[in-house]
Amino acid sequence: MTTPSSVRQEYEITLEPLLSVPLERELPMVQRLWQHSSLRKGLILLLLALVWETVARYQANDLLLPSFVQTSRALLDGLLSGELPTKVGVSLVVLLKGYLLGIILAFGLTSLAVSTQFGRDLLSTLTSMFNPLPAIALLPLSLLWFGLGDNSLIFVLVHSVLWALALNTYAGFLGVSETLRMAGRNYGLRGLRLVLHILIPAALPSILSGLRIGWAFAWRTLIAAELVFGATSGKGGLGWYIFQNRNELYTDKVFAGLAVVILIGLLVESLVFNSLERITIKRWGMQR
Amino acid sequence: MNAHLQGHTVSNLQAVATSPLLHVDNVSLEYRTAQRVVRATHHVSFEVGKADRFVLLGPSGCGKSTLLKAVAGFIEPQEGTIRLQDQAIKGPGPDRIVVFQEFDQLPPWKTVKQNVMFPLQVSGTLPRQEAEQRALHYLEKVGLAAFADAYPHTLSGGMKARVAIARALAMQPKILLMDEPFAALDALTRRKMQEELLLLWEEVRFTLLFVTHSIEEALVVGNRILLLSPHPGRVRAEIHSHQYGLHSLGGSEFQASARRIHRLLFDEEQAQNQVFDLDFTDVRIAY
Repeated sequence: MTTPSSVRQEYEITLEPLLSVPLERELPMVQRLWQHSSLRKGLILLLLALVWETVARYQANDLLLPSFVQTSRALLDGLLSGELPTKVGVSLVVLLKGYLLGIILAFGLTSLAVSTQFGRDLLSTLTSMFNPLPAIALLPLSLLWFGLGDNSLIFVLVHSVLWALALNTYAGFLGVSETLRMAGRNYGLRGLRLVLHILIPAALPSILSGLRIGWAFAWRTLIAAELVFGATSGKGGLGWYIFQNRNELYTDKVFAGLAVVILIGLLVESLVFNSLERITIKRWGMQR
Repeated sequence: MNAHLQGHTVSNLQAVATSPLLHVDNVSLEYRTAQRVVRATHHVSFEVGKADRFVLLGPSGCGKSTLLKAVAGFIEPQEGTIRLQDQAIKGPGPDRIVVFQEFDQLPPWKTVKQNVMFPLQVSGTLPRQEAEQRALHYLEKVGLAAFADAYPHTLSGGMKARVAIARALAMQPKILLMDEPFAALDALTRRKMQEELLLLWEEVRFTLLFVTHSIEEALVVGNRILLLSPHPGRVRAEIHSHQYGLHSLGGSEFQASARRIHRLLFDEEQAQNQVFDLDFTDVRIAY
């Protein structure tokens, strides 16, 4: 034992309520604005457009690289004439059909995988077989089976969505903590009810990222399928629009078509997936 | 009623005298790893009466948590039987609610109130509105009524533990199972939670099966302590502790009991021959 130092004195302080200093204060305006991701992203887009415009002007070859302004004009014309919206509509309807079907199948497969040993083996075998297979490589076969039309497109779309989503969802299910599972079972939840009440919400971060990847895969597959095989559905979608205009050397329209693909991607990303994340996993503190 | 609560010793003895609620009879438990089967407990028997605060105490690896999980129905005994009100236990069920140690026992996608309502609804105990009322009632009891609409990730560890306790109590289970519920909390919060748990017990008189590795906590929380030997867990002793509460911390009798338990757990025969200069740190060995 050490003896307490005799130099230092003990003391007590009676604390008065702290009123002289404000307990919180607002951040400066600039910092608060900078918190908005839409503002930051808008700035990035603006910067890219500027670079594009400069390079195109420097290049000065409309056939190879139309400028940002020309592309915008072509885009506006296409939108106003109603040509682009109908093409986009055709593509989106097919896309959504394939996407939804893929989601349903993926959930069926993963639910089977978490409840039975056989389902688990089935899922892991099928995903390792088909996940590396490019969806577009199945299109010739699909055309043979389903003929020219939406059905053959939907088939390849399902293929592109299903495996990526199933893999992510299953990984998410495996990551659900044992405590949470036991808590669910403690209340008498079993089988499909356990999946619905515990596993799906708990695995939502992985499921959402699977949905994102699935959406991107589906979009890519659709445009590629339309580009390669033209108007499989007879009416033709966005891919067909790009393909046709390239043949006629309307490069600005090709760029407009590509811009629409990108814009839809950005819109879905920010409106659908980001808001889904914000009202679910971010609000619940499952993701920062 | 509160008049004779003062010495709850008396009422406890009465409770023990009636027919026991939970029978654990010669239970041996095993768990499987990739290479071998490990025996966690061997021929463990005990009985828990109504309104008992029964503590399973033992060093880590003595199978006390495994025993609790067997009572909860997550593990099936290799030998022996577990009966609750003379019904053999088959699988997990909402009549035995577990409070776990881990904070992630609360689904993060539900608010505090929804968390408490969740088992009431999915087990079909109560319809929505009544479940909500009961949830608010028990949240009030644990002092979290103001946080009913907060999400778990915004709460501190102690508050999460309180929500889990409120959720378990709201189910009004036949027996409440607590698996080291305060082990992940800091020492001050743990002390507070023990106090609150005892206050709640005074009020609600639930039956509690409590697992801990802290001698001090066992003496404070329990009215009866079952001591389990290290690996594999076998019953070493059953000890009364109803006379102790948080107020008895540091008292000489309390410390003598703690010493005795320590000796029983670790088989320190020579300890008996030594004269001890007891002080507060001696009781904190298990922390």
